[in-house]
Amino acid sequence: MRKVMTGHKAVAEAMRQIEPDVVAVYPITPQSEIAEYYAEYVHDGIVHTELVPVESEHSAMSACVGAAAAGARVMTATASQGLALMVEVLYIAASMRLPIVMALANRALSGPINIHCDHSDAYLARDSGAIQIFCESAQEAYDYMLMAQRVAEHDEVRLPAIVNLDGFTLTHSSQVVEPLPDGVAKKFVGNYKPFYPLLDVDHPATWGPFAMPDYYFELKRAQAAAMEKVPAAFLEVQKHYSKISGRRYAGFVEGYKLDDAERALVVMGSTAGTAKAAVDQLRAKGEKVGLLKVWLFRPFPGKEIAAALAHVERVAVLDRALSFGAMGALYCDLAAAFVHAVHRPTFVNYIYGLGGRDTTVDQLVQVFAELKDAHPDEGLRYIGLRE
Amino acid sequence: MPVKAKPIPEAVPGVRHPMEKYLRTDRLPHIWCAGCGLGSALSCFLYALDELGWDPNSVAVVSGIGCTGRIAGYVRLDSYHTTHGRAIPFATGLKLAKPDLHVVVFSGDGDLFAIGGNHFIHAARRNVDLTILCVNNFNYGMTGGQVGPTTPLEGLTTTTPYGNFEHPFNLVHLAASAGASYVARWTTLDGRRLQRAMVEAMRKKGLTFVEILSPCPTNYGRRNKLGDGLDELRYYAKHALIRHGADPKEAEIVPGHDFLVGKFVDVEKPTYLEMYEAKVRELGGKR
Ligand SMILES: Cc1ncc(C[n+]2csc(CCOP(=O)(O)OP(=O)(O)O)c2C)c(N)n1
Ligand code: SF4
Repeated sequence: MRKVMTGHKAVAEAMRQIEPDVVAVYPITPQSEIAEYYAEYVHDGIVHTELVPVESEHSAMSACVGAAAAGARVMTATASQGLALMVEVLYIAASMRLPIVMALANRALSGPINIHCDHSDAYLARDSGAIQIFCESAQEAYDYMLMAQRVAEHDEVRLPAIVNLDGFTLTHSSQVVEPLPDGVAKKFVGNYKPFYPLLDVDHPATWGPFAMPDYYFELKRAQAAAMEKVPAAFLEVQKHYSKISGRRYAGFVEGYKLDDAERALVVMGSTAGTAKAAVDQLRAKGEKVGLLKVWLFRPFPGKEIAAALAHVERVAVLDRALSFGAMGALYCDLAAAFVHAVHRPTFVNYIYGLGGRDTTVDQLVQVFAELKDAHPDEGLRYIGLRE
Repeated sequence: MPVKAKPIPEAVPGVRHPMEKYLRTDRLPHIWCAGCGLGSALSCFLYALDELGWDPNSVAVVSGIGCTGRIAGYVRLDSYHTTHGRAIPFATGLKLAKPDLHVVVFSGDGDLFAIGGNHFIHAARRNVDLTILCVNNFNYGMTGGQVGPTTPLEGLTTTTPYGNFEHPFNLVHLAASAGASYVARWTTLDGRRLQRAMVEAMRKKGLTFVEILSPCPTNYGRRNKLGDGLDELRYYAKHALIRHGADPKEAEIVPGHDFLVGKFVDVEKPTYLEMYEAKVRELGGKR
């Protein structure tokens, strides 16, 4: 049934259906309401989850790791500075192959302190070993929370996963969302079978011991191998989900009017919606423009992106965070994906929307116009910035 | 150097804040809700500063994040708005680098005792020469009223909609046990007493701690049906018992019961810097 709800509520509903054993959280804008909705479910006795209102995000992720190692299904949610505190332990979660799923209400990192959206928090965890998915809408946030659970817990994967949803734009705005019936969602998510849980006292296991130069390298390689299994698992889960939901999820990226496009934008998150409006406006005038929206950011689907953009002549890659001293992170990944391609579009990198700066349809129409003769050697460009 | 500030718009014609000279009036009006105790807490601090008569350039205010943390932005002093929980380590660094500076940490109970709790116990253990003013409103005000380490048992918050079941901290007892040289507690109703305690705390060497019980009518007060800010002050008037020198263990706060305020600890002991300098001298080093 279609309902009107905020992104917070959509995420909380997915969590209610997943019904993890443990949720450990610390409040932070614009995430707090996810935990507040969930607290109500716990207190109303709708879910069996143990909710731990810990004293910081560092403790939240630490409690998640402890509970997951014990064999529990575990979730959390945070934003910005909260993720920054979690990152130390997120690396541990990934190295221990613990499928902890979290919603990240994207918010700019301090300083200066700011509560609004950009992707600097997600980029901070880029190399942590967590799977990262970006969502365009509250519906996608709901859908990907369920799918992320399956991908993270896939037998060949077992890695933490972050579902990114733009702070305020998605968390606080009300949208139409169609959740799955509880029974269908629960069946889709299924039961979780932990590997080597600490609570299995008949089979004692040691977690988190030292690995010196003799083994550390091999262990990291094994972790990379787990990440390499994500794409296949992701496609398999999407296929299953599309069947039960009637919504089409097929691939790591989604093209919009891209098939015959000469110029295209590449973007992650809610700005994809704005970009679609810009594309429609220009298409109405007969311009061949399109959009590539990236769902899966880690592992990075370089090959698929290269294939999707192979025919495009000019591409603007939009990064919603600065990687000081380098081009944007998405741009760098994309450029690397094309390094061996025979046909290479001309790429330009734009930085946009830092600290919640609004990005409008008009501005993206302007980007398409600039793209006609933009030169990649000019370095970073900025959207909506006062210089 | 403090910037020249524009005067505060007069809410009541002809009436100005008597301590306006210490306020960054260009930042006003403030963000706090009507009936919040933070304005009183800040006013007491400004009066205390005035009573001390210190050169404003010799005082620095350090806050974490939260409604209380906003204080750093409103004072016409050198001030620092650190990340959530890190006011004390920042202040420690400041004090060690500039021992002549009077360093005051002004922050919320969540900032100082949840995410930053570790720093508090170690600063108190070391007896770092800092004054820590903690506004305790029994929840995380800024983020919408979630349960925190001072929320009383059965307290209603957005994350404990059916009542808190975690034991809260008794901050007076915690500060005393961790080694603070001075520990007092007052409510925002006790304006003059609170001011006096702040003066004493700032004058005294070593780690000095003042807990300020303060209404949060928007979140904690509303959810727990404590009425508006004034009703909470009436509650303080009814239930606060002044007991100087009482055993800090007795300073627990249980809703509906009397609770203790006053000065609980006032002892002399060498500060962190004094200990450090003595060690350097002992080893024949230079300072
Ligand atoms: C690392 C981090 N986590 C969470 C937050 C969100 N946050 C801001 S203020 C606050 C709590 C404030 O409570 P308290 O210190 O009691 O101050 P009050 O607002 O009640 O004065 C929280 C959780 C943050 N800013 N940074
Ligand atoms: S939320 Fe509470 S603490 Fe914050 S300004 Fe309002 S009344 Fe004061």
